[in-house]
Formats: sequence, structure tokens, C-alpha cells
Amino acid sequence: MVIYGVALLSFCMLVGVFLGDLLGELIGVQANVGGVGIAMLLLILLSNLTSQRFSLAPMTESGIHFWSAMYIPIVVAMAARQNVVAAVSSGWMAIIAGVAAVAASFLLIPVLSKAGRGRPE
Amino acid sequence: MSGDVLARVLTENSLIAAFVVVGALVMVSYWLSARLTRGHIHGSAVAIALGLLLAYAGGVATGGSKGLADIGVFAGIGIMGGAMFRDFAIVATAFGAELEALKKAGLVGALSVVIGVVLSFVVGALVALAFGYTDAVSVSTIGAGAATYIVGPVTGTALGASSEVVALSIAAGLTKSVLVMIGTPLVAGRIGLDNPHSAMIYGGLMGTTSGVAGGLAATDPKLVPYGAMTATFYTGVGCLLAPSVLYLVVRAVL
Repeated sequence: MVIYGVALLSFCMLVGVFLGDLLGELIGVQANVGGVGIAMLLLILLSNLTSQRFSLAPMTESGIHFWSAMYIPIVVAMAARQNVVAAVSSGWMAIIAGVAAVAASFLLIPVLSKAGRGRPE
Repeated sequence: MSGDVLARVLTENSLIAAFVVVGALVMVSYWLSARLTRGHIHGSAVAIALGLLLAYAGGVATGGSKGLADIGVFAGIGIMGGAMFRDFAIVATAFGAELEALKKAGLVGALSVVIGVVLSFVVGALVALAFGYTDAVSVSTIGAGAATYIVGPVTGTALGASSEVVALSIAAGLTKSVLVMIGTPLVAGRIGLDNPHSAMIYGGLMGTTSGVAGGLAATDPKLVPYGAMTATFYTGVGCLLAPSVLYLVVRAVL
């Protein structure tokens, strides 16, 4: 049933966000630490676990695939609700700080990619 | 009169109205992508850029902070594009991700989060210095804002920065997230962003969840789970490092 997939997905997200909030309180920061990442790992583990003994029914899978496919439209909606005016009208310092941080990070990607690959297996 | 009824229906069913608006927006974007750019610029990249433009228009029209979602009949955009649905959809993309790829890039992915926070902080702090800020609290807050627009205010609040500096730190983070959304598909080829390994490093270095979500959607949706995985740890690590270790370093240097 479709709801099984949606429920599994929701369960993973709630557990992840809960653990992320707990982790944040534990180390004393006012933020969720990796909640979504933990939820993703949980979903991957659970779906791999089930595939060894019994596989998820196609309808159950479609409950997860639907939300995965809604990802881009949701991101488009997310873009449409950003505070773009504040980003472009706050003066040069904020803009330059943001642009410089992005440029520096982009430049470091190939360096780290190579470093990560270069390690002996 | 029928106009009033329509506005009421759209407001009362705002999330459903948002599905129609976003559906139309995506349709127009894919058409523009195929016709004007012959598919060179991906349809979802066009859709995200149009979304940001509409957000700007909405912000100018209402003076609010939620872009298009501040206009009554478009309020559903705020729900659909809010953190709850965004995170839900990101988690869903993990279904079908390869555990092996995650394991292989695990260490360098984790390392990239710490490097990313420190790098953005240092760059932001240097820009603050260049613009004449000399007190450690302001410099650290603006540096933290260059990490993400959540790390900035969290750091500023913890250190007791002025509200003007906190606002600047949020703006720096917003600029970063918007630029990552637009810039990623443009530079993806040159920085080798075409496999799970580099996507995890990319997520760790960029850190802005919305920026990474938008940037990868416009580049290659298959890479989303890998980038999102590392990016979701970034803000937490930033909130941990910026008001503590990084602030102490700034205070020692200045």
C-alpha cells in the first residue's frame, strides 16, 4: 500500500530530526546536527535490510518514489519563497562576503576530490 | 465579485494552489529551456532562476521576507517550499542511493564539512576586515554568516553582536545560498561535479541546504542524496565551531 511507503519515509525523517536535535542539545548548539542526513541513512539501511529478506511491495515503493519525484518542484517553491530582496539590497559587504565564500568553496572541490581519490585503497 | 470568490478559494486551498502555480512554472521553464537554450540550460535550472525572480518581485511588492509566499493567494508556496517538505523530499531522494558510494567518500566527505565551515568563515571574516570592522565579535558574526544564514545569527546571538551586524550576516548567507543555486550548474563541468564522490565533497564544502538542494537539482538530480547528506551536517558543525574555536582564534589575532 502507498501509505506504507509514505509512513516509512515519514518515520525515518522524524527519527532523524529527533536524533539531530538531541545531538545538537548534547553538544550545546542551537541547531539540528545532521538530522536529515541521519534520516537518509536510516531510509537507506531500512530499504536495504528489507530487500535481503523480503522486498518492499511496488505500491509501497511508489509512496517513496512520489516524494522523491516531487523534489524538484519543492525546490522551485523553495526558491520562490527566499528573501531575495534582502540578499541583493543589503549592501556590497554582505554580497561580496557571500560571493567570495562560494567562489573559494567551488575552487576547493576539485582539490578535495583528488585528495580523496589519491588515498591508497 | 467572482474575483473575490476566486481569491478566497485560492487562499483557503493555498497548498493546492501552490501545486498549480509551481506546475505551470516548471512547464514554462522546460519550454524556455528547450526553445531558447536548446536544452543547454536545464529546465529545472530555469525554473529555480524564475522562482528566485518571482521571490524578488514578491519581496518588492509586499516588503515581506518570504518572497512570493507573502502574497496572500500564493501563501501555499511558503508551505510547499518550507523546511518541512524540503527535508521530506530530500530524505526521499536517498531511496535508491548506493551505500557503497557513501562509504567510499565517507571520510573525505566528513572532512569537507569542517574544511567548508572554516574556509567560508575565514573568507567572510577577511571581507569584514576589508570593510573596516575590527572588533572580534562583528568579524566572527559576519564570517559565520558566510557559512550559512543560520550559523550567522546563532553566532551573533551567542557573542552579543549588534542587530545590524546580525542582519548583514544573514544577508551574506542568503547571497551564498542564492548564488549556489544559480552557479552550480554553470560551473559543474569545470569542477568535476559529476559523480557521487565529488557531490559529497560539494555538499560538505557549500553547506547551505537550500543552495545545495537547488544547485544539484539543476545539475543532476541523481547526485542530490550524496550532496544533501553531507550538507545537513554543515550548519550544526558551523554553530559548534563559529562561536567557540573560530571566535577565539579571531580574538587572538585581532
